Amino acid sequence: MASVTMTVNGKSVTADVDPRTLLAQFVREHLRLTGTHVGCDTSQCGACVVHVDGKAVKACTMLAVQADGCEVLTIEGLADGAELHPMQAAFREHHGLQCGYCTPGMIMTAVDMVNRLGSDLDEATIRHELEGNICRCTGYHNIVRAVETGAKAMTGASARQAAE
Amino acid sequence: MTGTGIGAPVRRKEDQRFITGKGRYTDDLTRPGQAHAYFVRSPHAHAEIVKIDKAAAEAMPGVLAVLTGDDLAADNIGGLICGWMIHSKDGTPMKAGAHPALAQGKVRYVGDHVAVVVAETLAQARDAAEAVEVDYKLLPAIAETAKARSSKVVVHDVAPDNTVYEWHLGDKDATEAAFKKAKHVTSLDITNNRLIPNPIETRAAIGEYDMGTDTYTLYTTSQNPHVARLVLSAFIGIAPENKLRVIAPDVGGGFGSKIFIYAEETVCVWASKKVGRPVRWNSDRTEAFLSDAHGRDHVTRAQLALDDSGKILGLRVHTIANLGAYLSTFSSSVPTYLYAPLLSGQYDIPAIYAEVDGVYTNTAPVDAYRGAGRPEATFVVERLVEVAARELGMDPAKFRKKNYIKRFPHQTPVIMNYDVGDYGASLEKALEMADYKGFNKRKRESAKKGKLRGIGFSSYIEACGIAPSQAVGSLGAGVGLWESAEVRVNPTGSVEVLTGSHSHGQGHETTFAQLVCERLGVDINQVNIVHGDTDKVQFGMGTYGSRSGAVGMSAITRAIDKVIEKGKKVAAYAMEASEKDIEFADGKFSVAGTDKSMAFGEIALQAYIAHKFSGQDLEPGLKEGAFYDPTNFTFPAGMHICEVEIDPDTGVTTIERFTAVDDFGVVINPMIVEGQVHGGIAQGVGQALLENAVYDESGQLVTASYMDYAMPRADDLPSFDVGMTVTPCPSNPLGIKGCGEAGAIAAPPAVINAITNAVGHEDVPMPATPRAVWHAIHKAKAPMAAE
Repeated sequence: MASVTMTVNGKSVTADVDPRTLLAQFVREHLRLTGTHVGCDTSQCGACVVHVDGKAVKACTMLAVQADGCEVLTIEGLADGAELHPMQAAFREHHGLQCGYCTPGMIMTAVDMVNRLGSDLDEATIRHELEGNICRCTGYHNIVRAVETGAKAMTGASARQAAE
Repeated sequence: MTGTGIGAPVRRKEDQRFITGKGRYTDDLTRPGQAHAYFVRSPHAHAEIVKIDKAAAEAMPGVLAVLTGDDLAADNIGGLICGWMIHSKDGTPMKAGAHPALAQGKVRYVGDHVAVVVAETLAQARDAAEAVEVDYKLLPAIAETAKARSSKVVVHDVAPDNTVYEWHLGDKDATEAAFKKAKHVTSLDITNNRLIPNPIETRAAIGEYDMGTDTYTLYTTSQNPHVARLVLSAFIGIAPENKLRVIAPDVGGGFGSKIFIYAEETVCVWASKKVGRPVRWNSDRTEAFLSDAHGRDHVTRAQLALDDSGKILGLRVHTIANLGAYLSTFSSSVPTYLYAPLLSGQYDIPAIYAEVDGVYTNTAPVDAYRGAGRPEATFVVERLVEVAARELGMDPAKFRKKNYIKRFPHQTPVIMNYDVGDYGASLEKALEMADYKGFNKRKRESAKKGKLRGIGFSSYIEACGIAPSQAVGSLGAGVGLWESAEVRVNPTGSVEVLTGSHSHGQGHETTFAQLVCERLGVDINQVNIVHGDTDKVQFGMGTYGSRSGAVGMSAITRAIDKVIEKGKKVAAYAMEASEKDIEFADGKFSVAGTDKSMAFGEIALQAYIAHKFSGQDLEPGLKEGAFYDPTNFTFPAGMHICEVEIDPDTGVTTIERFTAVDDFGVVINPMIVEGQVHGGIAQGVGQALLENAVYDESGQLVTASYMDYAMPRADDLPSFDVGMTVTPCPSNPLGIKGCGEAGAIAAPPAVINAITNAVGHEDVPMPATPRAVWHAIHKAKAPMAAE
């Protein structure tokens, strides 16, 4: 067994894990944060995307021990209490989800996209950036609309925070 | 229409949990004391099992049991079934080979289930599975659809020529006569490529046996939990229905693949009693590729007979349909009754004759996948009419319009009685939205850049809400295809709807609540939709075939009607009026001709306190149920237009525009309906450009991961232009037709028609990969040299 300590959604957690435990397994099975889904096991579908030290990572392809000492953010930690993150709100407003299974990874990828590239994203950029996230339900049409809107709302929200 | 009633684009109630990571899918659940199952699968496409040595595996750490087909047989557990009987043209019943949940004596495809290991942890179960020693005697395999009937390989002894059935539909003599008088015949050889459904949530199951009550619970990724319970109890014989509860919680997409009753779910329930622990299994993606039921896989020769004016006289089709190594739950119906009755398309075709040979091969079972038979039929019809128009030098839109059915009801020569439609209206709207008039200009602009540009049409029709039950029974269905609903009004006037439909992405919690809101005037937040649990909902047929609106919501409508009738009786007592004077509108019961009225919630309370009618001929309470069996199929139809640009140097196809105009009848929530259209188109474009399940000659699946099987990704697709026309459906009380499969049905021929138009050559296979398109371009340039 290996001991890991990390901060997940703002809380420090320490656990003894089998060294082969994946980060996705760790958050799902040890922390019971089941919003992070596993859809393919081969880093293709992106349902498992979380943020590790502020960067989007496919949690099915990273060992929990590799995240030792890191800050991990999962879909459960994205909203500010009862107030949805602007990207979450945009996915609902634009019907950017159907079965909901790929949705946590999509939203985490979209937030990372805005963090890296800013809010002024054209459709081609959004579609290219979403290449590592597979959705079988929506045909991506409404996901693109959601990311466009969510990106702008994120900038608005951070501008408001700066002003306050 | 109120702000949240029928026709409003209400934002979905279910989204809150999905966007915050609080969805509860099967694999998110844990049960106390749970153990983990891992399946030993055949690495061979065809082999006899000489011996299975479990000893080494059983001795490994954490192993609770290693179970095989012999153990299933010893417990008298029956095989998996196919629930739709098809008879061959000579009257003989289809040849259904035995389908044990764990192989008995022989394996018939790569991924076939040989044994299950149950252990304390998944890692221990996997490790022990490696130690199960299976001695196989290899047999030659047949994987190719077209060669199955002539192969010396015998998949099942009951079908020595690998033929499940030789089925036919239509009038052969009338069709032959039509071809004799034809001035022009268009012929096509078509392969409808094999697909793998790939919901992003893979299948999963937890079986749990309670020794104290002698009952079983199965948590599973099902589109139809009641049908799963029925099959597991009545046919497979796990437990009586009253001792088996099936729960399908949040389900992450289905597309047909979660209709069926599979080996793994069956084994988890059975094994939970054997080991005395809950047994869980979650498919990994490669297991899903290997063992989920696949879709399509037809090889077809089709011919269209025409007179010299371009009027269609007849259609003749011969199809070989690959059904895989075993008959899956509804597989036999897909290339027969869900296929050939759609071969009339939107056209007035006087004579049609279709022959379908269903064949066994050493491949995964093939069953319903989004559209199920109807995409295959639409591809045949829409490729034929497009090519016919080109051969006759007619504009493909005008050619279609000339041949459209224009008067309704219309009896086709292949069973269907189309109730209503306006195909010309969809065509006109689509041509306008797609700017068909401007196409030639765009084509010239593409040419200036050295690119090829093409446009393709698809006038599809589909049949949804498969019904009435009597009719499907006469065609061989083992079940009725009605739906049930129960509407429970609480004393405070809030409402719970229990439905036999099942939502796995369709948004029933919202649309069904919109119906209640519209009819009872109850706030949408006061309505809860309950589904997916056989202990809560008495019975239901589940969700597939775009049936939940047309059939499921009609059942809810009937139950609501009964609630209103009962409410009127309560209101009559409460307001001391005659029942015949009570009217219900806008959420209020009122006495006609007076200003007396009571709100729906007040009457609900009166129904439960019963102070005003105690001792009278009226029962307390406000709860009503209904079983609804439609009078006919519904017939959604529309026109999809695809415009592509192709780089002739690389063969890469880019979809520049995709326009869809659909007639779904009355629409409950346009936002959700458009979402269904988008998703369907993406799967249809996936089939046309990207997706292909490939078995090599030895029966190995060479596309068993997302690295090998090309799923449509965001940058493979454009945004879609979606429009609607409306002719309300007369065969259900809401006028709904169904929208779930339209895109997957319509899109493939639209895309291929666009590509063939661009390259000037008809021989473009699906998927139209850059390589295939590049070859087609070169064949078009130098037909003799290339061929």
